[in-house]
Amino acid sequence: MAELHLHDVSVRFGGLQALAEVNFSLMPGEIVGLIGPNGAGKTTVFNVITGVYSASGGHVEYNGENLTGLKPYQVLHKGIARTFQNIRLFQNMTALENVMVAQHSRSSCGVFGAIFRTPTQKREEARIKEKAMEELRFAELDEFADEVASSLPYGHQRRLEIARALASEPSSILLDEPAAGLNPAESSELMETIRKISERGINVLMVEHDMKVVMGICQRLVVLDHGVMIAKGNPEEIQKNPAVIEAYLGN
Amino acid sequence: MIWLFVLLWPLLGIKPEGLEVATTFSVWWRIAIGCASILVIYQLNSVGAFNFITKPVGEAVGGAKKATSTLPFAVWAFAILAFAVAYPHLFGRYAQDVAINCMIYICLGLGLNVVVGLAGMLDLGYIAFYGLGAYTYALLSVHYKLAFWICLPISAGVAGLGACIIGYCSMRMRGDYLAIVTLGFAEIVRMVLNNWMSLTNGPNGITGIKAPGMYWPDFANGMTLEHLWLKKLSLIYYVILALVIFTIIAVYRLNHSRIGRAWEAIREDETAAEVMGIPTFYMKLLGYCTGACFGGMAGAFYAARMRFVSPESFTFLESAMVLSMVVLGGMGSIPGVILGALALIALPEIFRDFELYRMLVFGGVMTLMMLFRPQGLLPPKRRMKAEKD
Repeated sequence: MAELHLHDVSVRFGGLQALAEVNFSLMPGEIVGLIGPNGAGKTTVFNVITGVYSASGGHVEYNGENLTGLKPYQVLHKGIARTFQNIRLFQNMTALENVMVAQHSRSSCGVFGAIFRTPTQKREEARIKEKAMEELRFAELDEFADEVASSLPYGHQRRLEIARALASEPSSILLDEPAAGLNPAESSELMETIRKISERGINVLMVEHDMKVVMGICQRLVVLDHGVMIAKGNPEEIQKNPAVIEAYLGN
Repeated sequence: MIWLFVLLWPLLGIKPEGLEVATTFSVWWRIAIGCASILVIYQLNSVGAFNFITKPVGEAVGGAKKATSTLPFAVWAFAILAFAVAYPHLFGRYAQDVAINCMIYICLGLGLNVVVGLAGMLDLGYIAFYGLGAYTYALLSVHYKLAFWICLPISAGVAGLGACIIGYCSMRMRGDYLAIVTLGFAEIVRMVLNNWMSLTNGPNGITGIKAPGMYWPDFANGMTLEHLWLKKLSLIYYVILALVIFTIIAVYRLNHSRIGRAWEAIREDETAAEVMGIPTFYMKLLGYCTGACFGGMAGAFYAARMRFVSPESFTFLESAMVLSMVVLGGMGSIPGVILGALALIALPEIFRDFELYRMLVFGGVMTLMMLFRPQGLLPPKRRMKAEKD
């Protein structure tokens, strides 16, 4: 089981303090929600964890290892997968291929293996495909395996992104607004999916605006406002927290 | 359209002796009438005046498509292969020469397809690796008398190494910037070849390159192996045929492997690819090198076939030519690139009588393609599916 800790993480873009000394942890088996008004720095937190941005202060620790300075693909290799707020699938590839790409870091065959179709390469290719199909079935997308990603309906694309992240065999998954643009029925399906992910022993950290989803499944919440962490705790505490109410509604 | 004609008239009149606008009017007039009649036909067609012709024709084409699609792929492949093998026996020297030329470009096109079509990097200097391969074999053959078959992988390796060095400096850039940098590097390579007199003999080129040799069982005096120089055009045809088949299989397999998927992912969304665990810098470099290796092999063959190399063969125009094949045929599609190479090499040979207007037609065709079918003649299968929806 994996532990993610953020220690005093700060990010600064020129004069803009996007994150100021954010501290929180994601413990084994947890579903943690990261909430806050628009521009609070939630996605920035994801970008720092996955190595897309580098922190200007503090550090991110995963399973006792420091993630500072690692490239995004190395972070994924350590076991942190993510999805994107604005869906970023490989549009012209099929659903199956999209998911197969995520197995890249868990496979090793090179150019020569591919050209000469060595037995190792064949076995590996079969394993990748098997794993990808498994994840597509998990996301209930297996019947769309050969469809081009861009031709899938929006809700399916969201699910495909989660399947892609899961196919990299992560120990933690970061979901960036998974419920954005979904109708109520799809949202409750999504909550079910997230619960199932958690049952597989994968930690979930999610950014979400849909309070029904957040309050429904998150065990703990972290609230950001203007890059500053203003509260953390369980959903009931957060709902009553005056600082949070002020951030969302003003005083 | 009107501005095109306004420009066309004086441009046609540019002659070595100076402007000679008056006489070009007749040519200009013919082109204008041609275009006008095409326009009229197009308008009539969109109104529906030709329905009595197009409808049955369309149905017939649909029927033919159905009939051909039921035939398995293997039958097609076998038929094409049988034709390719029998080709030198069916046609004369000139046709063989054109075919060999065509196949060199197919190799180059497929190699560039890895870089442009799969990995999505716009490379305007691909011909540099073709040149590197050609010069590697030329020098090794002339100075060290090494055989073609040994030099083939060496040439590929040298081209790949060159690509590594160039790529390492330029892979941090994306899109247009990369195109400019590769263009610059290709010019550097050509300039070095042109000016390093002691090694490459400069613009005079290198002569006396050996043709590929081969051991052939000789039954006349018992079972001995006789060494043959494959100088005859029909024999060298089979060498390039083998090379083309190898390239097709290699590119196809790469496309359908972990590596190929990683390249395509980078083409689609570089950031997402990196986050999904693909070391983008390394994979781009790998794609660039792999593409260059195919170019290097084609280059070594070119040197062996011409038995002469000079820097003139590796100008920017050649890069543009190979790139147009890939774009015309359909980026990322193997049959498309082959079709593109056939169209751009074989068609000009067939229409030799109209040589004067070749570049004009070439430009026109390219413009029309980009307007009406930007995905190429034969785009990759799944992309066609996406557009149907």
